[in-house]
This record gives sequence, structure tokens and C-alpha cells, in this order.
Amino acid sequence: MQLTTVETAKDLGLLPEEFDRIKEILGRTPNFTELSIFSVMWSEHCSYKNSITWLKTLPKDGPRMLAKAGEENAGMVDLGDGVACVFKIESHNHPSALEPYQGAATGVGGINRDIFTMGARPIAQLNSLRFGNLDSERNKWLLKGVVKGIGDYGNAFGIPTVGGELFFDDCYTINPLVNAMSAGIVESGGTVSATSYGVGNPVYIVGSSTGKDGIHGAAFASKNITEDSVNDLPSVQVGDPFQEKLLLEATLEVIRTGAVIGMQDMGAAGIICSNSEMSAKGEHGMRVDLDKVPVRQENMKPFEILLSESQERMLIVVEKGREKEVEAVFEKWDLNCVEIGQVTDTKRLEYYMDGELVADVPADDLVLGGGAPVYKREFREPAYYKENQKFSIDDVKEPENLVAVAEHLVSHPNIASKRWVSEQYDSMVGTATMTTNKPSDAAVVNIKGTDKAIALTVDCNSRYVYADPQKGCAIAVAEAARNITCAGGEPVAITNCLNFGNPYVPEVYWQFVGAIKGMGEACTKFETPVTGGNVSFYNQSSDEGPVFPTPTIGMLGVLDDVKTFMTSDFKAEGDLIYLVGESVNDIASSQYLASFHNITACPAPYFDLEKEYAMHQVIKQLISQNLISSAHDVSDGGLYIALLESSMPNGLGFSIESDDDIRKDAFLFGEAQGRVVVSVKPENQGAFIELLATSDTELSLLGSVTAGQLSVDEESFGDVKESWAIYNNVLHGILGA
Amino acid sequence: MKFGVVIFPGSNCDEDVIYVLEHIMGQEVVRLWHKDHDLQGVDFIILPGGFSFGDYLRSGAIARFSPLMQEVIQFAGKGGYVMGICNGFQILTEAGLLPGALLHNSNRKFICHNVYLKTETNNSLITSGLDLQKPLMIPIAHGEGNYFADADVLKGLQDNDQILFRYCDEAGNITQDSNINGSLVNIAGICNSTRNVFGMMPHPERAADSILANQDGLGIFESILKTVNA
Repeated sequence: MQLTTVETAKDLGLLPEEFDRIKEILGRTPNFTELSIFSVMWSEHCSYKNSITWLKTLPKDGPRMLAKAGEENAGMVDLGDGVACVFKIESHNHPSALEPYQGAATGVGGINRDIFTMGARPIAQLNSLRFGNLDSERNKWLLKGVVKGIGDYGNAFGIPTVGGELFFDDCYTINPLVNAMSAGIVESGGTVSATSYGVGNPVYIVGSSTGKDGIHGAAFASKNITEDSVNDLPSVQVGDPFQEKLLLEATLEVIRTGAVIGMQDMGAAGIICSNSEMSAKGEHGMRVDLDKVPVRQENMKPFEILLSESQERMLIVVEKGREKEVEAVFEKWDLNCVEIGQVTDTKRLEYYMDGELVADVPADDLVLGGGAPVYKREFREPAYYKENQKFSIDDVKEPENLVAVAEHLVSHPNIASKRWVSEQYDSMVGTATMTTNKPSDAAVVNIKGTDKAIALTVDCNSRYVYADPQKGCAIAVAEAARNITCAGGEPVAITNCLNFGNPYVPEVYWQFVGAIKGMGEACTKFETPVTGGNVSFYNQSSDEGPVFPTPTIGMLGVLDDVKTFMTSDFKAEGDLIYLVGESVNDIASSQYLASFHNITACPAPYFDLEKEYAMHQVIKQLISQNLISSAHDVSDGGLYIALLESSMPNGLGFSIESDDDIRKDAFLFGEAQGRVVVSVKPENQGAFIELLATSDTELSLLGSVTAGQLSVDEESFGDVKESWAIYNNVLHGILGA
Repeated sequence: MKFGVVIFPGSNCDEDVIYVLEHIMGQEVVRLWHKDHDLQGVDFIILPGGFSFGDYLRSGAIARFSPLMQEVIQFAGKGGYVMGICNGFQILTEAGLLPGALLHNSNRKFICHNVYLKTETNNSLITSGLDLQKPLMIPIAHGEGNYFADADVLKGLQDNDQILFRYCDEAGNITQDSNINGSLVNIAGICNSTRNVFGMMPHPERAADSILANQDGLGIFESILKTVNA
């Protein structure tokens, strides 16, 4: 066996001290196969070595938690009545930057496998996408490719895509962000763990054959994107949603046999990752014959088979003696099902090729929580942060023509309808999407056979996080909770996708640390434990530096009774419009300030976690007592856009009055947090005001719903039909039909 | 009435249509696996939506060769009722049970959207109870739903009253704008000349449950039961 040097280690992305540590663990110099194993398992992507210290500070416990962060492939939350939800978000940024179609498609495939490998049937998908501005042809190409990739994969797989977000900023030009989330439902007793034990139990690989695609993909995702990244193209995997669909059905069927000891999908770092994580968890070892693995190409080397990130594969440990039951299921679905090894008591992973031992490594030393390195990185407050705090609204001249500001915002891609994207996704398959015909702040999906529904949302305004990582990330959690609450749900738990630049840059790491602190505070307040997710560092290029720090929050809420489902659209002319929450003289970090005034040096918008939380409790009471007809949170674009969004679905309008104490541009377009627009039937006004009077949450009467005219202080902002025509066609105008 | 829903590898609307038949219409449903040959004595066969065999060639082009399809073709030949929804419609055209073909949407993109349908005739089992004046709002979700047939076939469809549904606007007008996927004369659904095989691209099973706030598709299922049970 060819031995390696520190130079080889560096070529594979390992540090010299990590090479020394590997030699210590093995008691000898590793061969190339072994070194490759360590390089992927100790990559940032698999080991979380630069993030885990801070991730451990996040709240992860709660009465509903069935699988906590780090325990399984995804978090699992008890929804009551013997039903649980398994959900997770994951990034596929680096592959999508190079090959948007396959990069995004395999992101969808990977996140769904994390859900059904635990025994849950996915019922809803979401995604969170960020690109550079659409005046660039390349950015249009990236967006079109990513959307088609997500659509083609998710549509054929047959799980609805029910929600998401789309945001444009120059900082994402070279490093677009593609985050995919999935949520599944499992009945108690139907789950399976990613573990391996029982000496002599057979180890099976099932699903697609193994090819040379995606080798060192996990290591690739742990580097900056540079001109040379094109040489990493073989690191991008190719997806096959048909195989994934078969694998889903076969997997859920094989779990029902009761013959499965443990199961894990193969994503990043392929066979070696599932072998080591399952063995470490089950405190056993494995002996695997690599020549038994079904392959697509001839002459694959051991390290290629071990590291291949070919999609649509699973590793299953089966109870000895029950092989036939398992094989029959995969035979039915025409999928590979091959015994490649057995469980041992050595706690080591021993790989053979044509009878020869090609690698022999201890499982535990490869994995997070075992021997994988853990680093504490240096961090430093960047100079821009203090500069941002000097911003004052008084330095910004209030425009005379606010109608023009409204038109600017309505026609901005960050504000306008995202239907160009969402209509390419099947959002209705499964016939449980309650938000298909009724708009709401979160996607609401019925759990068939129960009175329950889940509410799902993905949120992160990265402009806020850049301005102030700690406050900005707390806002992301609060906005997610606000969306769930406005949909009539109870926030239950979150998953996160932490997209940042290079962690070795102290200013970038400061953003990461701040975001984690803010997330921890907000999740503690909302009692929404962090169930896991993924960290994507190195979203950074030599040309444009790091992306905005983007900790995408995927939140799960539950509606114990679908009757509490609340919609965001105004229902009838004459209904009263109220603002629940505090009006503040603030335009910081708003879309208005960023794109109308082109000012980016400013703090995050106004945010008070305690008041925000209290306001949500009021909204819940208003919904449960049937006192409001609609609820819609004030977020991107401010109050004006919130009112317009509530008006458009039914072709209604609004007539409101502003607040003399607050600058009118701040009143209409500021993005101060903690506010919700509600509409109230006149006959409910008394009870509504009475309920608000018992709380400390501020309330102001804005005006009333009109037949379609939009007016502020008796000044006309046009008719809803005109605004709708613009809002609805912005992306079509840029991207074509 | 006993329904059979055929499950091909890659079908993904099978459980949705089964849910409507069982839970909303209260009917007996059996799942027919594509590799089998036994139709289990069903009265009405539905080929559901999805991506049979991944639809990597032409949609439905592989599924028509499934063992069970031989039985379905024989069943239809003897006058048995067969209905294809979305991918099921594509399979029926590939199998030669319905005329014409479903091409790529004219904008070359997958489209998931509520559309309006004008019912063209009451002279078919699935449209017998529908109001010809009231447009139905029923969603589509497909990449290849652009119905095409040559002039002779089209004339035959028109002469024999085989066009069941056409895309229209909210008021029921057949317009170019409402022809969402570029179909020939806005065709959304047809039947064969013997009026026992039906195909439609829109998904009535996605508009049949009150929890989804749209039950415009229910009338199609009710038509089937009313006529057969009458």
C-alpha cells in the first residue's frame, strides 16, 4: 500500500497538524485510501470542526423533542396523537454555483433522503434562494437553472414545494445560496435510527449504482470558490428523481418488515460517511468488501467507491436471518440490494478489495463527537459595524413623492411576486396544501387522517444580519415565529442553514458567532429548540468577498386543529384595518433605504424581542377567539407592502391614515419589527379592542378596506388592479414567460 | 362501484385519487400494481398522475409497456371504463387508447396553476352531471400537456363530440390567453369514439376536498357514480 506524506494531506485539504493526528490515531502513516477517508470525514462539511463549539450553545431541548440536534439525520418533533414531524434544511450552494441545474436538483434529493431514511414520508418541501442582481445574464442563467433543477427533481419525486424565499443582492453574484428544506410525517413506531450493531448482521447497499460523481464533494464544499473551481466539476453529483421516488417507497416498505436494525442515506462523503457514523453510534465495527458495491464505471479505485457521492443510495443494516424479506422489497421496486459486508465487534472499519485489506480505520475517530477535530476560531468585530451605528434617519431626506417610492418597491424583484418561480413547482401534489387557494404567512399542510396541520416557513433577511449579526439573526427567528403565528400555528422548533464566508477570516467568524448568539436568544424566548440543520462556510470569492451572513431559519409550527388556520387576505370592503404592534420612526436596513436611497451603512431595524413575543401571544388569542378576519406580518417593504399584499388576492384596497409622530416614509416603508396588520369585521370591533386593552401590546387603527382604491391620508396611490399587474409580472418581465 | 387505480413506478398522484374515491366518495378502491395481470374485477380503472418511469423519454412512453397495460387495453376494448389524469392521459395516448399526443408546454416550462375549464358536452360518463355554463377551477401541474392531433383527428373529435374540456377564462370564454400550455383549440380533456376511455390534463382530485377550499372537481367523480349507479 502506498504511504502518504504531509504534502498529500495538504492537497486533500487537511492541515499538517491534522495529518500528525491521523498518524497518531492509526499508529502508522496512512495509505492514500485512509487519508482520503480522513480528509472527507474531517472536512468542514462533515465534521463541523469550526462551528460545533458555538452550535453547542444553542437550545436543543424541549418537551416535544424526539430526536434532538446531532442525534439522527434530522430533527424529530412530537405533534401529539402518535404523529411526529421530521424536518431539516440543507445547503447546496457550492455545486449550484458551478452547475445550477444538477447542484440544486441533488440538494432536493439529499434533504428528502435525510427525512425518509428516518422512516418519515416527506409531505412538504421549501427552499430559500439568493442570487446576484438580475441585470446580469449569468445570474439569470443561475436562477433559471436552479429553479428548473429544483422543479424537475421535486415534481417527479412527487412531494409538493409549498413555500420559500427569493432574494437578490450583489453579494451573491459568484456565490448564490441554494437552501432546501423538507418535512415529513411518521407515526410513532415507524421510525428507524442511523445506527449499526449486532455482530454478524449483514450490511446492504441499496438504490443506485456507485459512480465517480461527487468524489471529494464534501471537501469541495469546504473551500472558497475561485477560478480553479471549474476543475471541481466532477465534484458535482447528478440526480435521478425517479430512483429517489422508488427508493422512498422501497425504504418505507422495508421499514415495515421490522427487519431493519439501522439505516442512513448516502449524501456527503458517501459510503464512508454512513459506515462511520452508523458504526460510531452503534459502537460496533464493519467489514466491507468494496468489490461487491454495484458500480457504474469500470476500474473504480477503493477511495473512489468509498467517497463517491452518487445519489439515491442507502446503507441498511439488517437483522441476520431476515435478508430475504428485505431483498424482496427491493426486488419489487427494481432497485439494487447488495450485501457488501457485516457488522463486527472491532469498532473499526475494515475495507477489502479483491480480498486485500485496503483501509483499516477506527470509526469513532472519524466522526463529529468522536475523534474529529474541534477548533475555536478567532473572531474580531469588523470596522463597518461601528460605522453602521452612526446612521440617523435625519441624514436621509424624505422624498416628496411617496407614490413613486411605492411604485419602486412594488416593481423591485425582492418585493414583487415570486410566482415565476413558484409556478414551476408542483405545490399541490399530496392534496394537503391548505395554502393553495388561501394565502397565509406560512405554508400550511394538513396531516391527512387527523385534524392537525403543520405550518412551515423559511426566513432570513440577510441585510439585517449583515448590519448586526446578533440582532439580525434574532429577527430571522422572530419573523419565522410571526409567520407561523399569523397562519394560526404554534411555533414548535427550528432547523437552520448557516451560510457564511470563510471561517478563518476573523471578521467573518465574528458574524457567525453573533448570529448564533442571536439565534440562541430568540429560540429560547420562543421555546423553539434548534433541531439541527447544516453549516455552509466558504461562501466567499476572491472578487467580492463573503456573502451577507445568511443564517436561514426553517421553522415548524403546528395547528392542533385546522380550524385555527388564519389567512392573510382582506375579506370585505368596510372591514377595519389595525396595526398590532409598535409604530417606530425607523427606516434602517429597509428595502426602501437600500434600493431607493442606496444606503447600506446602517444598523438592523428596530427590534424588541420581549415586545415581539408578547405581540405574538395577542395574535394567537385574536385567532382563537375568532376576532380577526386576516393577519399579515409587516416585513420586507414595510407597512405599505403588507397592506398591498393583503389587498391583492381579492382585488380589494385600503384607505389609511399615517401617524403624525412618525415620518411618513418610515411609517409606510420602514421595516421596524414586531408588527402585524389585521382586519376586523365592524361587529367584532368592540371585543377586539377589549382584548387588546388587556395586553401591553400597542394598537393603532389604520383605516378600512376599500373596493380597490389605495389611499394614504386621502392621497391616491392608485388602484389595486394596477399595482397587482405590476407586482405579478416583474420577474416575468426580466426572465421571460 | 369498484375502482382500480394503477400504480406505475413513478406514479405520485395515485394516493391522492384513492383518497378522494375512498374518503370523499366512499367507494371501494384497489391498487393495481403495474407488474400484475389481474384487474381484480374492477368496474372503472384510473391511471393517475405522476412521472411513470421518470418520464425521461416521452411522458408515458415506457409505462404503456407495463404488463398490466395489456389487461387495461383489453378491458377498454371490451367497453370497460378507463380514465387517465395528467400522466395517465399521456399514457393512454401512448397506448393508443386515446388519439393525439401531449407535447411540451408552449413556454417549455412545468406549470402548476389553477386553470378554468369549460365543459363542452354532457355526453360522457365523466361530464354527465356538469353544468356547461359554469367554468370549473381545477389545477394543472405538468410540463407536457400541450395537446396536439392532426387535422383529421381533430375533425373526428369535433364531429363525434369527443372534446370534454377546454381551457377558458374565469367567465368561461375560450381565449388565447387562457390556453395555458398551447393546446390545440384549448383542449384539456377528451374521450375515445366509443366514449369509455377518458383523458384530461387537469387534476380533479386536487379540487375535491373542502379542506383545500376548492371542490370544483367533485362534479366529475359524482358524474361517474351517478351515471353508473343509475
